[in-house]
Amino acid sequence: MTRHVVVLGAGTAGTMLVNKLRRRLDDTWKITVVDRDDAHPYQPGFLFVPFGGPTDDLVRSRHAFVHDGVELVLEAVDRVDVAAQEVLLLDGRLLPYDYLVIASGVTLRPDQTPGMLGPEWRRSIFDFYTLDGAKALATALRGFRRGRLVVHVTDVPIKCPVAPLEFTFLADDWLRRRGLRSHTELVFVTPMDGAFTKPVASERLGSMLSDRDVVVEADFLVERIEGRSLVSYDGREVPFDLLVTVPLHMGAEFVTRSGLGDELGFVPVDKHTLQSTADPRIFAVGDASDIPTSKAGSVAHFSVDVLVDNLVELAAGRPMTHSFDGHANCFVESGDRKALLLDFNYETEPLPGTFPVPYVGPMSLLKESRANHLGKLAFQWVYWNVLLPGRPIPLAPAMSMVGKQNPVSTS
Amino acid sequence: MPVTTLEGHEVHVDAEGFLTDLSEWDDELATVLAAQIGLTLTDEHRAVLTFLRDDFAQRGETATLRRASAGSGVSVKDLFRLFPQKPAKKMAYVAGLPKPVGCV
Repeated sequence: MTRHVVVLGAGTAGTMLVNKLRRRLDDTWKITVVDRDDAHPYQPGFLFVPFGGPTDDLVRSRHAFVHDGVELVLEAVDRVDVAAQEVLLLDGRLLPYDYLVIASGVTLRPDQTPGMLGPEWRRSIFDFYTLDGAKALATALRGFRRGRLVVHVTDVPIKCPVAPLEFTFLADDWLRRRGLRSHTELVFVTPMDGAFTKPVASERLGSMLSDRDVVVEADFLVERIEGRSLVSYDGREVPFDLLVTVPLHMGAEFVTRSGLGDELGFVPVDKHTLQSTADPRIFAVGDASDIPTSKAGSVAHFSVDVLVDNLVELAAGRPMTHSFDGHANCFVESGDRKALLLDFNYETEPLPGTFPVPYVGPMSLLKESRANHLGKLAFQWVYWNVLLPGRPIPLAPAMSMVGKQNPVSTS
Repeated sequence: MPVTTLEGHEVHVDAEGFLTDLSEWDDELATVLAAQIGLTLTDEHRAVLTFLRDDFAQRGETATLRRASAGSGVSVKDLFRLFPQKPAKKMAYVAGLPKPVGCV
């Protein structure tokens, strides 16, 4: 009898998952992955596009990365019928499943902030989380001479939470190189109580924005945009000449239609097993879930490893024994061809140290270095050639404390 | 973690005064914590605090304003009225939960 794993979403998490799963499950298991289009973006590359970075090789065909033994269906999902264990596609096709994995990521929702999609959208209001947005912003920046450049986060959670900070550092560097920095007010607007919120990172990195003369407007939850001003729920206004915003992030709409989402359409799951709290045959991996760690490719990668092991156990009729620890590992571009590296999990905040080899590196944690920057650039090759095909890389999914220093006692 | 005494309640707090031991919180302490930041608790406040506590127990993460609003039925505008200026932080403080944090 053939059994069926259906994965919704052939992005970073979904692609790695089906490729790894195909190698581990026998032929009695059919694996299907569904996506609405055939364009797989390398999203970390979008960050450099506004500053003239390359746009070729940022998008490839999803087909190229999906294992031959996996069926790729290009169609949008209408909804999941949980009781019937079926996925209904928009063209009417039905996909029955034994196990379902939701890997449909997040959707940017500028429509959720009144005034964002008004006449100023892509005139003075831009995003860099889409390739179109990043390209439009590149054009706008080339024509920018002076004024208020405001970098803005609508609300959390967002993909790659450090990206708005990276954008700010790169903008500062880019403006300096063009002699425009002294004519530009650079403002960072966040709904959190500061740009850095964790104790060790705040202490070590807190001055990175003030050193660059970046004004931070904290605790700012935007209610609407009026003309060229952000207006918060408590009536504060932040005027801009150029707004670089990160729009509200929500899960895929079919998740909400299927009754599987929280208030933002993310799938509530057990944070260690990624199993839906609504149904034991459903899992969510990558940005689509509600786990309390960063929405980041590294999290997708590490958690896919755990999920594959658990699904193999379930397929064999055994209980799941593997547990995800929330491990994330993120490069942070800081300008001047340097970068920082963060490594953390559910329990441990980002700490200084070395990575990946304890005490040796070559990369340094929570500290600017050239090696980190080169690591970030090299990662694009690793992504296309090693990670997506599901080839093993010598990084264990669980975070390691070896080689980390904890300067602040938390006990 | 430092120990502090608030009107006879001995509690563990972090550097910013947020409770670090969830079990030390109760309704009475909520009133004391609210008074520390100049708030007098009403039923509206308490409805929000109840949601925040229950939600944290389930998810291990302090709710954002958007989630608190959706979960408690109190509009975001009203959250700003009930916990003026920095509602996310103030709600967490009075509810005895960690303040909302990002990844760094």
